[in-house]
Amino acid sequence: MHSGASQPKPMRKVVILGATSGIAREVERQLARQGCELLLVARSPRRLAALQADLIVRGAGQVLTCVADLASIQQHVAIFDFVRRSFPDFDTILLAYGAMHDQKQSETSVDILLDELHTNYVSAAALLTLFATDLERRRTGCIAAITSVAGDRGRRSNYVYGSAKGALSLFLQGLRSRLHPAGVKVITVKPGPVETPMTDHLPNAARFADPALVARDIVRALERRSPHVVYTPKVWRYVMAAVEHIPEALFKRLAF
Amino acid sequence: MQGCCDSQLINRMPGQAAISRKLSATPLPTARYLSWGRYPKTIHRLVHKPAWNDQIPAILETASFASLLPYGLGRSYGDSCLNAHRELIDCRRLNRILGFDESTGVLRSETGVSLADIVAVFLPKGWFLPVTPGTQFVTVGGAIANDVHGKNHHCAGTFGAHVRQFGLHRSSDGLVVCSPDENPRIFRATIGGLGLTGVIAWADIQLRRVTGPWIDAELVPFHSLSSFLDLSRESDGRFEYTVAWLDCFAGKNPRGIFLRGNHSAETEKKLVPKRGPMIPFALPSWVLNRYAVKAFNTTYYRAHARQRGTSLVGYDSFFYPLDSIRQWNLLYGKQGFLQYQCVIPAENIAAIEELLDRIARSGMGSFLGVLKQFGSALPAGILSFPRPGLTLALDFAMRGEETLKLMRSLDEIVHQSGGALYPAKDARMSAVMFEASFPRWRSFVPYIDPKFSSSFWRRVTGAQ
Repeated sequence: MHSGASQPKPMRKVVILGATSGIAREVERQLARQGCELLLVARSPRRLAALQADLIVRGAGQVLTCVADLASIQQHVAIFDFVRRSFPDFDTILLAYGAMHDQKQSETSVDILLDELHTNYVSAAALLTLFATDLERRRTGCIAAITSVAGDRGRRSNYVYGSAKGALSLFLQGLRSRLHPAGVKVITVKPGPVETPMTDHLPNAARFADPALVARDIVRALERRSPHVVYTPKVWRYVMAAVEHIPEALFKRLAF
Repeated sequence: MQGCCDSQLINRMPGQAAISRKLSATPLPTARYLSWGRYPKTIHRLVHKPAWNDQIPAILETASFASLLPYGLGRSYGDSCLNAHRELIDCRRLNRILGFDESTGVLRSETGVSLADIVAVFLPKGWFLPVTPGTQFVTVGGAIANDVHGKNHHCAGTFGAHVRQFGLHRSSDGLVVCSPDENPRIFRATIGGLGLTGVIAWADIQLRRVTGPWIDAELVPFHSLSSFLDLSRESDGRFEYTVAWLDCFAGKNPRGIFLRGNHSAETEKKLVPKRGPMIPFALPSWVLNRYAVKAFNTTYYRAHARQRGTSLVGYDSFFYPLDSIRQWNLLYGKQGFLQYQCVIPAENIAAIEELLDRIARSGMGSFLGVLKQFGSALPAGILSFPRPGLTLALDFAMRGEETLKLMRSLDEIVHQSGGALYPAKDARMSAVMFEASFPRWRSFVPYIDPKFSSSFWRRVTGAQ
């Protein structure tokens, strides 16, 4: 029968930070199908248990779980230690968590503004720094993080979220250069709007990209030799190239 | 992951940005929630999209009386999966497989797992669905709620007969575990219960062993209803799967192709899944005119009559021939289509001839007439549709009153013969017809979750 027909070369060991997010779930499924080993980090033990069962049935070589709040920097060292102890020769990190608050609220509440910046940028940068140092020392592996096309240009309707994701993109850009001599890949994934629980409240959510397609692009990027910045769906590379070239005098008048 | 309308903006002049914003400010978030027949066109007030079972109790708690209905892949044809002006719970993100027992073949899945997904994961391990309908794009929850049947009804019964137990979220009593031994009444009400008894959290399904993805299939042309019956009688003992395709333009003496098959012992040959074309948008309704359909039927019959005999066929083209044409429902145009599926008791076979005659005379025949003899398995649920007799299923393009009138006249024949109509395929049956089809429906009512309702249920029972 056709089981195991598409055996990939080396079995990858992947740590997913934010394993219950809409995009992460699809990525995990595709990695499981290839027989990868996974370590899932997320807040809810129940949801992790459901994911773990699912991914094992779907072919994952091994699925470990770690219950933690990734936005809480105090927990980072414990998370990192757990990963190193139980998944010592992991080779890939995918950072897939994020939060999108209502833009209007973050304009009036500094607390909400800071929370959004903290979750999407500060905590992400802090956590990746721990993992980066380890991979740099081992001179191997790959770090991928999901940012957003929203980070390419500040827009009236979601510049708070956009600025945090944009900062993360810049962080990854620098990190890529730092880790290049050590042979560690750094991938910036910039999805357009994707149909996930995070975006259900937005208008037109029904027309957003299928998370399974976005996940396919991410998994392909993990396999490429030197991926840098991945726009997904691909059309967003061209869309954003155009958006970035709209003169500021005009752009500031656009109400989107 | 971000805002909305960059793509719109790029295509427009700056002055038009304000317009595009206005468009996006009046979203129709629920416009996509139609049934497979795309009739009736329905708007929902709200669609919940839980991704985890732990989110469902909160949805049930905050909902008002008779406001909710679970929605899966929307393959019910009429309005049994719709809840006009009320709320839906889109269950498609609840799609995890929670466990599998290799020794017994029992699978535990969440409600939104599709049968396609189950086949993709388990066929390579040598397991297959115990019962499968003509499309694999239905969810486990939908298969239970409609107690679906397949080509093996005469030997395996319905899907519900292979459900060992399930957990059901109810607004009144939380998560209830149901099986033939535990809460047996809710168990029997939920199988075929049209999603009205609650949201299935997980279900245990008994899979069956197969040697591989191949079917030894045989095509036999026939030229009358009596020869169909002979074929059916002769085949039911020897073949696990039987069904017939019918040219419904031929009237009383229908010609057709009888298809029968068994799982093949073939294990060496590799199955390469075919990916067929997609219908990108609703075709103009004149495309499927009666001449085109008639020509299709003739061509289809001749092509298959020529292939008579035995061949090795992949499970996908054997069970799911139409799945290879994605969105085939758009063939019927903007107005959509109706399906008519009835079952006629074995002793009143003449009614089938009468139905076919009336359809042929109307000139509104469809290109997918399907005929199958049901077995005598006891119904798995209170509202299960299959019962001993012949079931006939036909598509009709929706052409307004003309189409509805034809179906009402078919109803008369079905009613007189003591037959029944299938709720999963229905968008228009009358309360009288429903009563005739399911005389015991009132004994189902006590198990309905008070916060659940559907367009179909309100239509056929007058419930609020």
